[in-house]
Amino acid sequence: MPGRPKSLSVSASSLPGPEDIHRRVLPNGITVLCRANFNSPSVFINGYIHAGSLFEPDEKLGLADFTTSALMRGTEKHTFDSLYNELETVGASLGFDSGIHVTGFRGRALVEDLKLLLELLSEALRQPIFPGDEIEKLRHQLLTSLAIRAQDTSDMADLTFDEILYHDHPYARPEDGFSETIQAISREDLIEYHRKSFGPRGMVIVVVGAVAPRKAMDIIESVLGDWQNPNQLDLPSMPELKKLDETIRKHVTISGKSQADLIIGTNGPRRNDEDYLAASLGNSVLGQFGMMGRVGDSVREKSGLAYYAYSSLNAGIGPGSWTVNAGVSPANVKKAGDLIIKELKRFVKSGISKEELADSQANYIGRLPLSLESNGGVAAALINIERYSLGLDYYRRYPELVKSVTRAEVLEVARKYIDPERLAIATAGS
Amino acid sequence: MSDFTKTTLSNGLIVLLKEIHSAPLISSWMWYRVGSRDEAPPLTGISHLVEHMQFKGTPKYPASMMDKAISRDGGTWNAFTFLDWTTFFETMPADKIDLALRLEADRMRHSVFDEKEFASERTVVASEREGNENEPLFQLGEAVQQAAFRVHPYHHEVIGDMADIKSMRRDDLYRHYRTYYVPVNAVMGVAGDFQTKGMLSRIKELFGKIPAGMTPPRLARQEPEQLGELRLSIEGQGETVYLQAAYHFPAASHPDFFALSVLDSLLAGPTNLNMFGGGGISNKTSRLYRALVDKELAVSLSGGSTTTIDPFLYYVTLTIHPNRTPDEALAALDMELQRVQDEVVSKEEIARAIKQARANFAYGMENITNQAFWLGYSEMFANYDWFLTYLDRLAAVKPKDVQRVARTYLRKQNRVVGTYIPSGKDGM
Repeated sequence: MPGRPKSLSVSASSLPGPEDIHRRVLPNGITVLCRANFNSPSVFINGYIHAGSLFEPDEKLGLADFTTSALMRGTEKHTFDSLYNELETVGASLGFDSGIHVTGFRGRALVEDLKLLLELLSEALRQPIFPGDEIEKLRHQLLTSLAIRAQDTSDMADLTFDEILYHDHPYARPEDGFSETIQAISREDLIEYHRKSFGPRGMVIVVVGAVAPRKAMDIIESVLGDWQNPNQLDLPSMPELKKLDETIRKHVTISGKSQADLIIGTNGPRRNDEDYLAASLGNSVLGQFGMMGRVGDSVREKSGLAYYAYSSLNAGIGPGSWTVNAGVSPANVKKAGDLIIKELKRFVKSGISKEELADSQANYIGRLPLSLESNGGVAAALINIERYSLGLDYYRRYPELVKSVTRAEVLEVARKYIDPERLAIATAGS
Repeated sequence: MSDFTKTTLSNGLIVLLKEIHSAPLISSWMWYRVGSRDEAPPLTGISHLVEHMQFKGTPKYPASMMDKAISRDGGTWNAFTFLDWTTFFETMPADKIDLALRLEADRMRHSVFDEKEFASERTVVASEREGNENEPLFQLGEAVQQAAFRVHPYHHEVIGDMADIKSMRRDDLYRHYRTYYVPVNAVMGVAGDFQTKGMLSRIKELFGKIPAGMTPPRLARQEPEQLGELRLSIEGQGETVYLQAAYHFPAASHPDFFALSVLDSLLAGPTNLNMFGGGGISNKTSRLYRALVDKELAVSLSGGSTTTIDPFLYYVTLTIHPNRTPDEALAALDMELQRVQDEVVSKEEIARAIKQARANFAYGMENITNQAFWLGYSEMFANYDWFLTYLDRLAAVKPKDVQRVARTYLRKQNRVVGTYIPSGKDGM
């Protein structure tokens, strides 16, 4: 390859922006975004439709997940085996993932097989037939996953944490349901859920890879442009989230485990809230930067209590959460918990130092090219842009947005969400 | 793809460089030829512990300073210890790579291995092992591996036995470090947005003066041929039964490796050899999925091997269907293996395996970190040529070769079968 002048700073042109992100809205409501990358002969697709577990009644939890898992179990044109045969024969992949508000999909292929990949995506979304025998096979697989979940300290701590933090709110419910609810779901339920919730309105699809954007858009239009569903419902609205009045602790006993999982946390902002970026930078200092920030330094580096101890900010469409997770020996759960709460108290009392903020700001700006080096990374960025209306120039503006966050803003958002006297604390283990 | 430079410095350090100008990034990997293969009791897990201590600082770069310096520059770094090797990598914005090179050169020779830091890191690693022990498949895998290797040091898990993690001393670690972390035992691979000439002269400047060191001694404990099928079962919590069948499998440099890779694709779907990117190709139309999961003897299936210096294992792992027994699933597995030994596979099936490998390679080429990974990784068990010619050598595999390797390696006498049985449930 011919040489190029050595870059001395993050060159703006390597980041996605308005002149290289191509966006088109089809007449049936599907938004398409594409960006070319000819460095490897492969393509990556991802996207979502507006269907999710918010539609589920309590007695059929897991319905959205079950339906989504069944989309490729047979269509009007393909059996389960023949559909996967088409994909696997060319080394392509396609999968679906059911969430609370949206059902996501992602796939990849060599560029010569992009059309095939999109045709199979369209079939799975529009023409699944949910064959009875395949549904029963799948039901056993889902029930086995739930049995494995019941033994997994990390999954059970997560589930318990959501029950505490989101009590009486749809976010408290596990998207993969419970064994009773999976048993209660019939084939007719899947058909009905699919009929009412799957449709083109609000759908987003992104293609990144070795294909000219116009060509990718034309293929998508030819494959999905005629999709209509007059029955497509809007997602129900969510009730207000009630905040905790006091700290609530719950423990799930799973015998025979040599390590327990601990989650301590509280509410967090939505992705679209104005204080999101300040919260995110604060979180970096709290439990990400370097070897997992202040939390990692206290619990792992200084005390040697855990292999992992970090914090995360989970922000999406609805009310988010702000958590600290650690995996510790059962004897050290209390000790680790005390150290974490001490860090939370310090965080809301004194905020972060000038140097800490500058470090995390430099990290956020510097790591941008790294997070965008693969087609999957760019595709995830384009999904963010569309889902949260960030603007096609978001990643070009991003360094300035990051730099503009102040210590006072971080302290304010920390105090707004984190009250060390009102925490949700979930543990799972022996 | 073949545009690269390979040089050996005067102190024996092998350096591979590959310019990639698709993004303003550089990824640098330092590989040492040391792993659990070089360990014996009571020092199992020592290579992994030494890897951890390499993040605990030198006089010039104290522990917390290293992490922060890399993060501040927007880089990422990590390390991995495996059977045959230990590796450290940094991927940085191109104009910040010098920091990574300086850190790596410094900690090749000047890590402190402070007693207090070691005391704390020992419990971190104990906690890492406890986390692994939570998983039924770790417990089963460890038992199967121990049964498969009575003599060879592949006997123990890379993380080591808890007894050794708890009893090792700082001086043991330091000795291990000084023995193996020397230029003559190391390979460096760097890929990304640089000019080869300038990068090579900087590497010479930083690493060229480090004394070569002695070629480290190797344990020479070859595993004798297994004399018949071994079976074992372990018990634990939960409701789910697992079965693992592990077949002795040749080294990556063995000519049969390629026919076996094709066979693996046919049986259990392609194994992804990339460290970053690649993978994701499902295995729902593989022969074993059709015979076991479609037929509801198992609810999931995975299969695969890895690239090693000495012969290691080919694994088939099944999550048994709640209404079936592991014996029923094993019988179905055996019928499929018999079929591939009795009947020659079609050319189309081989072509399919090659296309799957080509796709996995293309996915892996999307990111610079993974391309840099291959430069040194391939040198750990063969050389970079192995990587460059991999697809051609797969393409040269004939249907008869697949049948021959199936007969040679996937025999009952050559395997260990282990089951994980929930306490209180009937076994095999």
